Order: sequence, then structure tokens, then C-alpha cells
Amino acid sequence: MKRPENANCVRPLPFSRLAGVSKFVAAAMKHYLEFEKPIVELQKKLEELKLHPEQHSLGISWEEEIRLLERKIEDARRIIFTNLTPWQRVQLARHPKRPYSLDYLRLAFSEFEELHGDRMYSDDRAFVGGFAKLGDQKVVVIGTQKGRETKENILRNFGSGHPEGYRKALRLMKLADKFGLPIITLIDTAGAYPGVGSEERHIGEAIAVNLREMMLLEVPIIAAVIGEGGSGGALGIGVADRVLILENAYYSVISPEGCAAILWKDRSASPKAAEALKITANHLRELKLVDDVVAEPLGGAHNDPAATAASLGSALLRHLSELQSAPTADRLRARYGKFRAFGHVREPAAVAA
Amino acid sequence: MATKVLKRKSVVTDPVDPAVTPPPTPSETTFLTKPKLSSKSRKRDMPEGLWTKCPKCEGLIYDKELDDNLKVCPKCGHHFPIGARERIHSLVETCSFEEIDAQMESVDVLKFTGAASYEAKLAAYRKKSSLLKDAVVTGIGKIGDHRVALGVMDFAFLGGSMGSVVGEKLTRLIEAGTDRGIPVIIISTSGGARMYEGMFSLMQMAKTCGALAYHAKQKLPYISVLTNPTYAGVIASFATVGDLIIAEPEAMIGFAGPRVIKDTTQAELPDGFQTSEFLQKHGLIDTIVSRKEMKERLIYFLDFMGAGRKAA
Repeated sequence: MKRPENANCVRPLPFSRLAGVSKFVAAAMKHYLEFEKPIVELQKKLEELKLHPEQHSLGISWEEEIRLLERKIEDARRIIFTNLTPWQRVQLARHPKRPYSLDYLRLAFSEFEELHGDRMYSDDRAFVGGFAKLGDQKVVVIGTQKGRETKENILRNFGSGHPEGYRKALRLMKLADKFGLPIITLIDTAGAYPGVGSEERHIGEAIAVNLREMMLLEVPIIAAVIGEGGSGGALGIGVADRVLILENAYYSVISPEGCAAILWKDRSASPKAAEALKITANHLRELKLVDDVVAEPLGGAHNDPAATAASLGSALLRHLSELQSAPTADRLRARYGKFRAFGHVREPAAVAA
Repeated sequence: MATKVLKRKSVVTDPVDPAVTPPPTPSETTFLTKPKLSSKSRKRDMPEGLWTKCPKCEGLIYDKELDDNLKVCPKCGHHFPIGARERIHSLVETCSFEEIDAQMESVDVLKFTGAASYEAKLAAYRKKSSLLKDAVVTGIGKIGDHRVALGVMDFAFLGGSMGSVVGEKLTRLIEAGTDRGIPVIIISTSGGARMYEGMFSLMQMAKTCGALAYHAKQKLPYISVLTNPTYAGVIASFATVGDLIIAEPEAMIGFAGPRVIKDTTQAELPDGFQTSEFLQKHGLIDTIVSRKEMKERLIYFLDFMGAGRKAA
């Protein structure tokens, strides 16, 4: 089936109207993080040189100097991005140009048709969900969705869901379960929303019910943390057969800022908290808390969303086909066993009677 | 305040050393710790008990009376914090409780370095109470005629926070409930997930809820009792998926703390926000039960929820 152009399922974001990825990259260049500065400065130099060939150094040819600069940029990027601190990765995970759920739905999936509402209270726009195709596979995708500029961020509540978001997610997951469609969840949220309405409609209960119900859904479930994996708000759509995480995403029990405020009594200790909490993709893989880390292009996902989406898409397909080859009962047993095994305790041997 | 104290004291007939009574100035927490007695003052002519000031009615309560009354103020019904073991004692039939995993201890799996080391913190808490290895006590016991899997959290151990031990003990308890075909009752009090164990703590939420999913599949009753305070990672997991959710009166219960909500939303919080009564009004809590009546009411509920099963 051909999807009509400009279908109202995807809100016309300024970003989604961009014709190609190259423009996206150009836009991304405008926004950089503190530690990206050396790269940006070299890039500026390169642009300058390209615009004003007459200014090139006398010793070497113009072409050669450009090549030299390009290599320098590449080197700087490699050095910076292979030695990222956990706190720098947190910043990358929150990068305002980082691809969001709808971007992956466009780049890694096809035929996405958004379905709205929790049938109880409202349609939480911090969540997107609906039918989509991953390769040839028909799936249900659910993701948390941030906004790219102020207006959209208000609509999306900065990607922080209310109870109705988690209930919408569960409704769609049950729909998927009923019709045998695998479930893919894309996680990118600082956390569930801490507000009066959230509490009045029981955000805790909404998350808890998802945790319980997801354990028993019979279809394969894959969760991918694509940006921020903020605590219970992330886990609320994160109980899955496989949990993937992008290289520069993080997944944490509490935000580094929150942890710093509580344990260090000082929010500026956030980098220390980010380190201590072991929240980066690599740490989580070492601790066996995630099943797979999806590599990002050098410079982060926002540097090349299409390439990131391609890696994510192929990782999802690979895990999906593995999951589909197992009988349902085995898969459910494995899902429970996987979460059941999380945790480290000490049990002094019982004193013999 | 001083005059009030004097007034209360005049009612008391026992001779009381004024140096020991009245209690110390109220701290920020509602529960007043007993002032430390020097070894010299611990003499036989000293009064047996001390006094606790009720933060609600400001009345002075004789500690023994408070203990005998399950840490509920006899004058106004205010619920003071109660330890896990005292609570279990108040619920189960004498000698019927068999604790499981009593020796299980937390491990500093992340080698958490920070303002304070996790290991040191754990050691300090273990030293404080030899009866409490972590923030939950679990076991199988009888409440009335019902054999139940009972888990009781204790706020005194690291704010009742849930790390691997709390998650593992509760999961084993729930699994024991499923295996034996008996109800599960969990009495919660917690500040949330335990930061020191990072993502392992978060995963306990999924683990406990998963175990409850299989327990529920067998159509076995699960009663969740919320006590003051129950927050965050515990509210977003096993505490809110009960067939029945019961709360003690005036307990503070919520996902995010009031200060976080205030800071985030810049809005005034409604009166009574996040209290048991507020949550009952908003549809989360089945019923509010005083600690003094808890056992009796649990038996009543278990009688109903087990009825169909017994007949089958």
C-alpha cells in the first residue's frame, strides 16, 4: 500500500520537511557541544579556505591544504569521540539535533501510520506509536518523542510522558499482541513527567502495569534506547526480549543531575555522578544489562542520522529474526529469566544445623 | 512549646526526671529518636520509657504506650514509622512466620564512588540494626487462617530503597507464593530505587512486576499495602499492581517527590497532595486502613479473595 504524501499521521515538523539528510547535517553543524569545539573550529577554517582560495598558505597547494585540513578534522573527531567521558555521552544523548523516534520511523522504517490515544483520557503526544514496516516485517512501533523547537517541545512535553502515554503504549502493545505483530519500542526520554496531573492520574501505576503486562505479551519485543533512557519513564516501555542501546545513549536509574543533587548536594557534580552510575552503553554492556550496543557514526548519531538509522534498522532486524525462530513459550521464559537474573547479592552460606 | 510540655507532664503521676523528659526539639522527620543516655544515667531509678511528641496533635506519648499501640498515637491516630519486624509481629499468628533469605546482603557491584562509598553506608546501616540486613524482611506466615507470602519493607534501612536485595527477596517471595499457590502481601515504605546500584536497582522494578505477572496468572491474590512514605521506583512497580491497594491513613505516596514537582511545574500543589486520602479520591487506593485494624481487614479481604479457590 502506498502511503499518501503528507499524511496527517506524522505531524509536519520543520525537520521532517527537510528534503535530504545533507541539509540536516548542515543544520546540525550550527549546534555544537563544548567538547566538539576543536572540530567546529577546524571546519570553520575549512569553509573559509574553500570560499577564499587566495588565502591559502604559500608552501603547499590549495587542494593539498584542504586535504590536510580534512584529515585534521577527521583526526580531531577520532580523538575526541573515542575518548568520550560518560558526561559527554550524556550530552550527546541529549543533543538537540540528535535523531528522535519519528526520525528513525522515517529513516529505518517504512509505511508508518500513527495511531492515537489511550481510550481513557487523551492522546499523549510525548509518545508516538502505530503500525510500521521494518524491512518486510509488519511491526508495531512505540516511542517517546521529543520536540526540536519550543513549540513542538510544548506539544511533546519535552518527551516526558504522562500516564496516558504509558497507557496508550500498552493499548498499542496489546493490539500488536492480539494480531501477532512484533513490538519495537524506541526510548528517548529524560523521564516520566513529574507533575500534578501525572500524579492525579497515577503515573506510577501506569508504568507498573506496563512492566507487568509486557512480561506476558506473546509477541517478540525489542526495546532500543536511542537517546535518553530516563529511569522508570524509560523502563515503562523497556521490558523486552532484547534491549539495545545506541553507542552514545544512556540508560540510568536517576539523572546524573538528580544523583549529584542528592549524593553530592551539588548539581555541578553531575559529571562525577554520570561516571559513578555506570550509565553509558559500554558500561551497561559490560554489566550485561543490555544485549547489544548499536554503533553510531563518528561524531555521534546527529552527524549522520541516515547511517545511524541503517545500523539500528539492521540490528533490529537481526534480533527480530533470532527471536522469531524461538517458540513463544521459550521466548517468554527467556524474557522472564533475563530480568529475573538482574541484580547482585551476597548470601552468606546458611549455618549448618 | 515549653508551657505545653509542662502541662502534659503534670498529668503524669510517675515521678519523672525532668532532665530526660521532654523529648529533644523536633527534628525535620516526624519520628523523634530517643535521646542517648549516658551509661551513668541508665540506673534503675530512671523511668522505664521516654516520651515522644506526636507531630500531629503535639501530645506527649509514653514510648511504651506508643509501642503497645503499634506506633499509632493513641490521641489523634497519627501513624509513626514502624519497623519491619514489629509490623510482622503485629500481623502474623504467633510463631507462624518463617523468614526466608534472612542473610541476604547488598553488594557494591558498581564500586560506587562518590560523596560517600556505598560499602561504608551499608556497613553503617547494618551496624545500626543487627536485625535488619537490608530494607525488606520476607517470609511465609499465617494471618488468621491464611498462609501468605509476606514482605515488609523498612524505611530505617537506607530510606527503604530498593536495590538488588530488595528486588531479589521480593521476587523469591512472590515466586514462593506462586509455587505454593498462596496470596502475596507486600507492605511498602520506600524512597524509591537505590541509586548506589544504578541500573540494577531500576531492573528490580521489572523483575518484581514480572514475578507478580506470573503470580496473577494463577489467579492468586496480591495485596499491596502502602505506608508512609512510598515513592518513585516502588510506586512505579510492585506497589501499585495489587489486586487491592490499601494505604495507611495520611501516608505520603507518589511517583515524584513534591519538591521535584514544584520545581518542575512552578505550580502550587493542591491541598493534601499525595496523601492516602488524596489518592483514594483520585482512584488509586481501594481503601484506607488504620494500622490497628490492618490484620483484621487483611483477613477479611483474604477470606473473600480466597473463597472461590477453596470451593474449587
